[in-house]
Amino acid sequence: MTTDVLIAGAGIVGAAIAAAFREEGGKCLVVEPHTVGGGATAAGMGHVVVMDDSPAQLALTEYSRRLWDALPVPPSVEREHRGTLWVAADAEEMAEVARKHALFPASEILDERALYEAEPELRPGLAGGLLVPGDSVVYAPTAASWLLRLTPVRYTAIESLTPDGALLADGTQVSAGLTILACGTGITRLLPELPIKPRKGHLAITDRYPGFLRHQLVELGYLKSAHGHSNESVAFNVQPRSTGQILIGSSRQYGDESPDIRPELLSRMLRRAVEYMPRLVDLQVIRTWTGFRAATPDSLPLIGPVRDRVWVAAGHEGLGITTSLGSAALLLDRLLGDTPAIPPEPYLPERFA
Amino acid sequence: MIAVLINGRRIDVEPGTTVAAAVMRLQAGFRRSVTGELRGPLCGMGICMECRVTLNGRPHERSCQLLCAPGMEISTDA
Repeated sequence: MTTDVLIAGAGIVGAAIAAAFREEGGKCLVVEPHTVGGGATAAGMGHVVVMDDSPAQLALTEYSRRLWDALPVPPSVEREHRGTLWVAADAEEMAEVARKHALFPASEILDERALYEAEPELRPGLAGGLLVPGDSVVYAPTAASWLLRLTPVRYTAIESLTPDGALLADGTQVSAGLTILACGTGITRLLPELPIKPRKGHLAITDRYPGFLRHQLVELGYLKSAHGHSNESVAFNVQPRSTGQILIGSSRQYGDESPDIRPELLSRMLRRAVEYMPRLVDLQVIRTWTGFRAATPDSLPLIGPVRDRVWVAAGHEGLGITTSLGSAALLLDRLLGDTPAIPPEPYLPERFA
Repeated sequence: MIAVLINGRRIDVEPGTTVAAAVMRLQAGFRRSVTGELRGPLCGMGICMECRVTLNGRPHERSCQLLCAPGMEISTDA
């Protein structure tokens, strides 16, 4: 069979590319071995967040957040503009609050008192925080389904790449003008040279406790734990869902490719959350699970060509829900020869060649 | 006898009575589902979660697994 664009992966990134390309880039076919939005897309928190580990990360997340806000998602996506509240435990972290405040549009510095007014369940003795009101929360699997609503999806795997497209596991030969691989950690099966490694995470979700939590809260100590490349870390990261449930994260691990829950890491993660919000201990967790982020050595995704007529959009680590839309827009601009809204160079795969 | 309050109404029960039994005696109803349907104890052994009530201010307590204690305040969605 023949298509203009063959997209591997029906996660949020593949779905965003399909939606962007369908309008101007031609006929798309998506290939997905499991379910739409069923991998890292379903495992994560669905936090649309501006982050600034690097200038390129800030540019891509900010651009992507604007694209999310312009997207008329249906109610099934459960979008809520909860805002992110970065919680500072001490003076050192308050210095980070000031630094971020200068970078994040419309952010607001909260002193200790304002912090407790914003989130009364936080433990006493914290220093303050930074409220970023434009950040939002979505339910990413339904967002992926909605983005793919007009694109055909074929439920099989890509067996191998061929000179003019791909051979599918069901035996079909697909001839494509362009093949885009957006299959997260699965991409290294097809392109083993890409520097993408799975970084495992645990999450827990509680029963419904409406009003307990108002914003997505992330500890600024997160900077020390999440972005070092140490083998195992946990950080306080909690999110209110529209149902009144609370998602509790987060953990990060390299070198463990089993989807099993690691009880001692899960309890470390929950203890960290309770240190920040003591009354969380009274809430009932109803489900725990794990997922795999696709991590790159410089914490930036790979967006662009890797071979003749083969492009990739993968390695978004924990930010794929946010940066899916920006990634898709950068690829569409490349296809059409348009000037992109942000410089695409920091994300080009060739930086690791 | 032990006195408890269910949705503000007092009821006296024998020691050893579960909270679920007390709620049923008053025919107070238990929880409502997310879509508003009335639910009630199904398994009686703490598995089905359909008998949940708010007990002394704590939501989502399984009434079939708890015994009435003097002065307990129980509220239901019904």
